[in-house]
Order: sequence, then structure tokens, then C-alpha cells
Amino acid sequence: MALNPASADAVIVVRGLQTRFGETIIHDHLDFTVQRGEIVALVGGSGSGKTTLLRAIILLLQPAAGSIQLFGQEIIGISGSAAFRLRRRFGMLFQQGALFSSLTVRENVATPLQEHTRLSARQIMDIADLKIALAGLPAETGNKLPRELSGGMLKRAALARALALDPALLFLDEPTAGLDPVSAGAFDELVVQLKESLGLTVVMVTHDLDTLWQATDRVAFLGERRVIGYAPMRELTRSEHPLIRAYFEGPRGRAAREQACKVK
Amino acid sequence: MADPARIQPDPEGWRCEGDWTLAGIEDFAAPLRSSLPSGPLTLDGSGIQAIDTTGALQLLRVIADLEQAGCSVRWVHLREEHRALLELIKERLATAGTTTVLQPPNHLERLGRQVVFQTQRTVEFLAFIGEAATALAQLTLHPRRFRWRALFSDIETAGVNALPIVALLAFMMGVVIAYQGGQQLNTYGANIFIVELVSLTMLRELAPLITAIIVAGRTGSAYTAQIGTMQITEEVDALRTIGIRPMDLLVLPKLLALIIALPLLTVFADALSVFGGMVMAQALLEVSFSDFLDRFPQVVTPTSFLLGVGKAPVFAAIIALVGCYQGFQVRGGADSVGRQTTVSVVQSIFLVIAADALFSVVLGGVGLWR
Repeated sequence: MALNPASADAVIVVRGLQTRFGETIIHDHLDFTVQRGEIVALVGGSGSGKTTLLRAIILLLQPAAGSIQLFGQEIIGISGSAAFRLRRRFGMLFQQGALFSSLTVRENVATPLQEHTRLSARQIMDIADLKIALAGLPAETGNKLPRELSGGMLKRAALARALALDPALLFLDEPTAGLDPVSAGAFDELVVQLKESLGLTVVMVTHDLDTLWQATDRVAFLGERRVIGYAPMRELTRSEHPLIRAYFEGPRGRAAREQACKVK
Repeated sequence: MADPARIQPDPEGWRCEGDWTLAGIEDFAAPLRSSLPSGPLTLDGSGIQAIDTTGALQLLRVIADLEQAGCSVRWVHLREEHRALLELIKERLATAGTTTVLQPPNHLERLGRQVVFQTQRTVEFLAFIGEAATALAQLTLHPRRFRWRALFSDIETAGVNALPIVALLAFMMGVVIAYQGGQQLNTYGANIFIVELVSLTMLRELAPLITAIIVAGRTGSAYTAQIGTMQITEEVDALRTIGIRPMDLLVLPKLLALIIALPLLTVFADALSVFGGMVMAQALLEVSFSDFLDRFPQVVTPTSFLLGVGKAPVFAAIIALVGCYQGFQVRGGADSVGRQTTVSVVQSIFLVIAADALFSVVLGGVGLWR
């Protein structure tokens, strides 16, 4: 494959992707690129395949056709051991948290470390405690079971687990859904802070308009089975595409824009 | 590969080098305290290739160690982004506070907790039986409110779909009993008594018991898993909000379905197990089908048949109530579903066998056990 100079610093390169569930085609000829150190959001109406695209990128779903490169490595038809090494380099925050219900929060965070490193049990617990603190949770949360946590704390605990291996690439599936505005704002701030101090690349699926304005560098709009708009938020909202207009021109979209313009 | 993180002596003081990342600190060994000077110490950060939160944590731990040993640490040539990360980690650790890893309770404490817990569960189970009985009584007053559709679909899954496995196991039980007993009878030339042996054992004891055990494993566990999962996904709460009592929709149809299906399955198992015995009697003991069937009505009284089948509804009630109750005990997540399902199967089989023993004693006492 010819080296594309534009993608030299790209963390994710998706080309001509097609995914389908049975007869239903979700994506067709979809192209999508994420540069290092960017915070990118995937938006689009319900059922436009945001989560499906995310799942295809993190090796949970086999696409029907196309190519996906993560850190310059093709992941279609990747071998088991290469996939294992690749999984160490990204973290994923699932929509419902997906914390293991039989383990405490600390053990949840420690699981990827136990699986992927040779560190001692004491060091692993030490690191797990740090990640719990980084996610903004008080230390005693570590001893709690997921079912004892509120929705917002659950999201933070799940973020702590996603950060366990200090991934260069972080995927967030609706990170602020179900959070109160204060927690959601703090979560956005945390993601930006982590990106700035760690040089993290973040890809998130979100419907939260405030998050889109405050935390993202670029926003990819999914519709008609592909990416129909990919630009910084300010530019994207000026798009003439009817789907994009319909999405951002509602009263909520306008309110969020006015708010964002006032802040800036 | 990562360049291991290390701290080297340097003319000015000490120098941090390598990758201070998760991969880089795997082999990190802190410098020996004895080799360190006390008093002011300069740390040179220019050798740090990369740093992540784990590496920053390690570095902070080293500095804390040094400061405890009496050094005052001063950074030189520390890159701005590295300093920012160190500050971030320091601040986050301070706001989170500290906690200790919980120690598991000792044996005595665990025993005590277990006793209290089991007592509570027993009382709750009795309350649940009472609640189900009340709901059943109310149902007889308003029979139109009963969920007939749920009842019939439950009869199908618990009864009709269980026919093949019950048939197979009952048949094999008959074969085994006839084979084992037949060898003994043959020694005494009392081959024809195989009819008594197989028929009475099967009809009175083994067929009802085997069927109940299969159904407990098959259907009781399914009840627990279904209700348990609904409990986790808040479907049970949703039912309550809509004004449907979970007892009416989830428990009573299952209870009645099993009370109807299990006796029928038991009759089916009776027939198949006796057939298994007949096949074995003909093959091994030269007791033909017609000899067997001639003698059968003479030795099997309607009472023995009815006593066997009559136990089935009781077993059914035990299985359904335990299964549903354990489903409602599910809290939290997936592991709880697994745990309660295990408990449900173990308890219902235990209670079925205990009830069977009780039947033997009581019925023997009143002389029905010929």
C-alpha cells in the first residue's frame, strides 16, 4: 500500500468500510480518519451506526468489507496474538459501564493490568487506586461493588478501568449520558485534561451537545451509511446538508451553540 | 520495546532516564536508600523519554521515599508537560484521600453472618409462600384476571418440551432397576417377581422423584434466571409501576403450570420406566411382555399409582416457589443470577427429596404404604 503522507500521524484510518447485520447494511464505503492527540466525536441520528463503527474499530465486530488501520496496523484478519498486543494500546468505556459485577471497583480496574503486565500485586493495586483517583472518585470507592455505585460513579469507575493500561487511544460510548449537568461538565473537563497531559487520542460517541461544543476538536456526522460531515463543531453546524441541519437546528442545538459562543 | 525507567547518579545529583511508562517501569527498582545523600538533592528530568500516569505515580513514590529519608528534592530540566502531569497526579491523589484494602472477615465472623443471613432468607421464603398463597386465593375470587396465555406457554416449555428427556431417563432407570434386581431374583428362580420390583419401585418412588429432579434442573433454574435477569434490568419494577403485580404475572402462572405439568410428566415417566423394565425382563429373565402385563394389575393397586402421582403436585409447588423466590433474590449483576440459579436448583432438589422422605414416613404411619 502506498504511504499516504496525510495519514502519517493518523491513529485510526478507516477506508471503504462496509458492515452489515444479515441483510441490513449499516455502513457502506465509509471513510474515517483520526489524527494523534485529537478528541473526535461521532454523532448522528439513532441507528446511524455510531456504536457499530466503534465496535468495528475496537475489534469486537468483523466488517463485511473495507480496511481499518489502528496505529498503522491493519486489523481486518489480524492474528490473535497481534490483536492481544493491540488491545493493550486502547481503552474502551462502554455505554452501561460494563464493570464486572462480581469484582470490586479496584479489582475491576486491576483486571487489565493483571492480564497484560508483570507488575506485583501491590503495584497493581497502587496503580488501580491512582486510576480511581484520576477518574475523580474518592479512594474508598475502590472497595465497593459496582451495584453499590450511582450512575455517575459507575461511569467514572468504568473510565478508571479504560485508563488502566495508560492507553494512547481512548474510546468512549456515550460517556455523559445519564449524568447530571455538573458531573457531565466535570467529565468533559477530565477528558480534555487527560488529553492535554497524556497526549491521549479520544474517540467518543455522544449526543451531548455541550460535550460536542466544549470537549471536541472535530465531529464526524454519520448518516446515509457513511460520514457525511467531518469538521470542527463551529464549521459542522454551518453545513448545508439536510440531515446535519435537522440535527443541530433544533431548539436544543441552537441553545447549546449560543451557550458555547457566549463562553468563547 | 520500552526503554526501562531508571535513576542514575549524575555529577549534579541524580538523573531520571528511560520510559516512565507502564511498560518501562515493569522492571523498575528504586535506588538503594543507603547510596543516597541526605540533604538537598537535584533530580534531572531531561532524560525522561516518555511519561504516563503509571510512571508519574512511580516517580512520585520515589520522591516521597527520598523525602522521608531526609532529602529535599529539587527538579531541574523537567519538561513542562511532564511537570503538569506530575502535578495532576499529585493533586488527584490528594483529593481522593486514602483507604485500606478490606480484609476478608475471619471464620467466626463469616459463620455468624451466614447464620443470620440464612435465618433471614428462611423467614423471607416463608413470607413469599404466604404471599403466593394469598395471591392464589384472590385469584379464585377474580378468575378473569388470571394470565391464561402465560399459563399455557409455561405448560408447553415446562411440560411438553421436557417429554424427550424425561422419556429417555425414565426408560433407562427402568432398565437399570430391572437389570440390577433381576440378577438377584434369578438366583432364587423368582424371575416373575421382577414385575413387583420394577412397577412398585418406579410408580411409588423413582419415577416421581426422577421427574421432579429433571424438572428442577430444567425449569426451576430457568425460572430463577428469567426472573433474576428481569430484576436486574428493572423489568420487575416496570411491571409494578404499570400496576401489574409480579406475583400475578411471573409467579402464579409458573406455579400452576408446573402443578399441572409435573403429575402428567410423572405418569409419562411411570409408563416409560415400566416399559424399560419390561424390555429388560424379556431380554434377561425370560419374562415375556404378556406375562409382565398379566401380572401388572395384580400387584399394582390404584393406591400405589395414585400415591406416586399424588406427590408430584407437591414437588411441583416446591420447585416453582423456590425457583421464583430465588429469582427475586437476585441483586446487582450477572454473578448474582448465576449464584441464585445454583442455590435454586440445589434447594429445590434438596426440598423435593426431603418432602419425599416425609411422605414415606407419614404415609407409612397411616398404613397406606402397604
